[in-house]
Amino acid sequence: MNIIDRRLNPQGKSLANRQRFLRRAKEQVVKAVRDASGKRGIQDIENGEKVTIAAGGVREPSFHRASQGGVRDYVVPGNKEYVEGDTIQRPDGGGGGRGSEGSADGEGEDEFRFVLSRDEFLDIFLEDLELPDLVKQKVKQSESHSLTRAGYSVSGSPANLNLVRTMRNSLSRRIALKRPKRDEIRELEEMLREAEEAGEDAEQIQALREQLEHIVLRSRRIPFIDPIDVRYNRFESVPKPIAQAVMFCLMDVSGSMTEHMKDLAKRFFMLLYLFLRRRYRSVDIVFIRHTHEAKEVDEETFFYSTETGGTVVSTALEEMQKVVQERYPDSEWNIYAAQASDGDNMSSDNAKSATLLRDVILPMCQYFAYIEVAAEHNMGLSALGRETELWRTYKQVQSPERPLAMRRVRSRREIFPVFRELFAREKAGA
Amino acid sequence: MTAVITRPDALLYDGVEWDYDKIKRVYDAIEHIALKEMGLDVYPNQIEVITAEQMLDAYSSIGMPLMYKHWSFGKHFARDEMMYRKGYRGLAYEIVINSSPCISYIMEENTMTMQTLVIAHAAFGHNHFFKNNQLFQQWTDAQGILDYLEFAKTYISHCEERYGHAAVERVLDAAHALMSQGVHKYPKKRSDLRTEQRRERERQEYQDQTFNDLWRTVPKPAAGQRPSKSVSERKKLLGLPEENILYFLEKKAPRLEHWQRELLRIVRHISQYFYPQKQTKVMNEGCATYVHYQIMSRLHETGQISEGAFLEFLHSHTSVVFQPEFDDKRFSGLNPYALGFAMMQDIARIAEKPTDEDRQWFPDLAGRGDGMAAVREAWANFRDESFVLQYLSPHLMRKLKLFSVRDDAEDPYLLVDHIHNERGYRDIRKKLARQYDLGYLEPDIQIVDVDLAGDRKLILQHRVTNGVLLDESDAKAVLRHIANLWGYEVQLIEVSAISEAILKEHAVTAPSGIGVV
Repeated sequence: MNIIDRRLNPQGKSLANRQRFLRRAKEQVVKAVRDASGKRGIQDIENGEKVTIAAGGVREPSFHRASQGGVRDYVVPGNKEYVEGDTIQRPDGGGGGRGSEGSADGEGEDEFRFVLSRDEFLDIFLEDLELPDLVKQKVKQSESHSLTRAGYSVSGSPANLNLVRTMRNSLSRRIALKRPKRDEIRELEEMLREAEEAGEDAEQIQALREQLEHIVLRSRRIPFIDPIDVRYNRFESVPKPIAQAVMFCLMDVSGSMTEHMKDLAKRFFMLLYLFLRRRYRSVDIVFIRHTHEAKEVDEETFFYSTETGGTVVSTALEEMQKVVQERYPDSEWNIYAAQASDGDNMSSDNAKSATLLRDVILPMCQYFAYIEVAAEHNMGLSALGRETELWRTYKQVQSPERPLAMRRVRSRREIFPVFRELFAREKAGA
Repeated sequence: MTAVITRPDALLYDGVEWDYDKIKRVYDAIEHIALKEMGLDVYPNQIEVITAEQMLDAYSSIGMPLMYKHWSFGKHFARDEMMYRKGYRGLAYEIVINSSPCISYIMEENTMTMQTLVIAHAAFGHNHFFKNNQLFQQWTDAQGILDYLEFAKTYISHCEERYGHAAVERVLDAAHALMSQGVHKYPKKRSDLRTEQRRERERQEYQDQTFNDLWRTVPKPAAGQRPSKSVSERKKLLGLPEENILYFLEKKAPRLEHWQRELLRIVRHISQYFYPQKQTKVMNEGCATYVHYQIMSRLHETGQISEGAFLEFLHSHTSVVFQPEFDDKRFSGLNPYALGFAMMQDIARIAEKPTDEDRQWFPDLAGRGDGMAAVREAWANFRDESFVLQYLSPHLMRKLKLFSVRDDAEDPYLLVDHIHNERGYRDIRKKLARQYDLGYLEPDIQIVDVDLAGDRKLILQHRVTNGVLLDESDAKAVLRHIANLWGYEVQLIEVSAISEAILKEHAVTAPSGIGVV
């Protein structure tokens, strides 16, 4: 008997099959993922998703008999009271005495359910989304540099000496110039010593001596390592793209914001977070909520505690400016901001907000998304064709060269389309 | 150091953890019982320890250790994995492969008792069956299968590189749809998978060597010049009627390229390899279950396993052979383990302690003594259908309270036509046997005609028994696959097996612009 431990064999043997399967079911999976993102809760957006797809595209048909019609015989166990000739009510839905018809392939099912891993889910979920082009502009300005190996140079610090290359040059030079080898010198010395001991004639000894002198001189004249052999590793400093981002969530939490609106806002923030997480090595989040005054809070407070008061948007922008100055210098961080509001603002604050946004916030942001949330049923002012205070204010600021995007969202189902619209590939900003 | 005293009845192991030493000891003890006491005859064993994920892998690629790549295996894996993770379904404790050496997979999660059970069940029960059953001897090539699969895998991935994933996938999809129509039901000659590989290689080499571009320029005969042959002559030439659709397409489809034919051939060989397994589900499981039950009992009797271990074994054994009754929610047909195990026990009982009834029903078997030999004989010479027909005893029918039900779609009620009594035994036995007859279970579909001189329409016929037609949407989908391979129109006619009347027709037009030159 042989016993073999296969547990350490490479895992994921079926990965190739799975990829083939996902490719095959691509269309349906994408649709299922989109649907799922409309429905699912906030906490589990990052988990894998159990998706149900129509079995049509991944059906494996075979010739088999229909489940209806004709005459069939079954032999089944467990008779209790039947005698020959009894009749039984036909069980509905194919339960009961179906005999050995059942097929392991689940044929006849209209749906196929399986679990997508987190990465697969997100890949499909965020497919064809791209960060706004502005990233490049930021990279150019980036102050951070790193050194990269870039060939060899003839000068440098001793620490960077490249031994291999140096010795190679030395060796080829010595071969080319026929520098006498150490063995040759030693051999000649030996011969000379033997000749002297043997007391051979002076002429021959003299010849040997001259020959020895000659090659010793030659080996001295051709150095083992010459300065021209020496090579150093060369490094070049290249600008390093900034791989960290901070995301500011600004939200109006005054009384006019309902739970529904907050939920919409939260979904949008969540998507943005996920999206940034896919692109940057580390993403910080800062939550700033405001009424007539703004405060930086933790996530829990941000979403769940209620506050009363008026609405002054500029306070939130000021708070954001403060936080950026204190902790997130825009030379080192990619700054993204998303603001959610129902569009209320104190009339006297509009001008201030606009100035602040235009002159301070937008120049330091990669992207600023303004989401105006509305109640699902009461369509709000915007539905009547009228624009809210804040919308009007921001609209003045908006221009093609500013990274500001504005959208209205009314129901959960709209969140994802709006998000996609904002970040669609090949399209910078709004 | 003092010598360790070993008693013959010392426990082989203790506790639930397993390790290689214990497995080795247990294997030796089981081997002794299996070969010396039960007279089993097995291929050399190879036991492989795997993880749950690897078990799922093996599941999805129809239990084979290496398999070519196809999306359907990914689909099965995705489903099995979900079922397993959500706890809807457990994993099998083992998978065993009909090969020489016989490979049994055991899972690392199993307890020592489970490993013992699995070794008895798979490495001796199934192994003996594979080696001795005449169906397996006739149809499968245990020595060659792994090499052949290796060849198939490389060949197919090579094709994928050369002709593209989509093209390969299209052929494989079609071939998979026709898998059950891809077997020879009557042996022609013993298939040897090693020769298969060599044949393919030599053909390729020959083709490469004799390639001559000039052949392309030879003018083709103008259309309509071909002599038209009589129907019978034509059918004879094409070897029609043919029930092995894959075989026919591989040999005769006019528009396939060589590599596409080879793919069909690979799928056909694999299908053929599994053909005996499909026909011996009850016997195979019955044999393995009977063997593990005997071996475990013997280990317990001789004091080699503890009471606790034996109880653990009984627990899993009884759940394996549990047969829910027809009105139970859990009922899903007869459990092959339960029926197989019960029948094996019954055979041994009849051989050793027959009743008068048994003497009457089984004059040759009853009272001949040596139940084990009687059971071994049955294992060697039957398949499920003939096995049930031969050995299902009135005693067992009463015990299982079997009765037969007729479901005629025209009647509002189901009719109980036979129960387990004097009048019913023979009929029930006959009907149950039929339930295991693949020839009866699978629709009888044959290729009956091709109009080679005309529009090359391929005509298939389904002989309908008992008025049960094919599932329409699936039939249509399969026809589409056949049309893709055949390259021209395909028609399927369903005719009544009794009256020859045409019940239904399906047709699929020729595929447009299929990527075949």
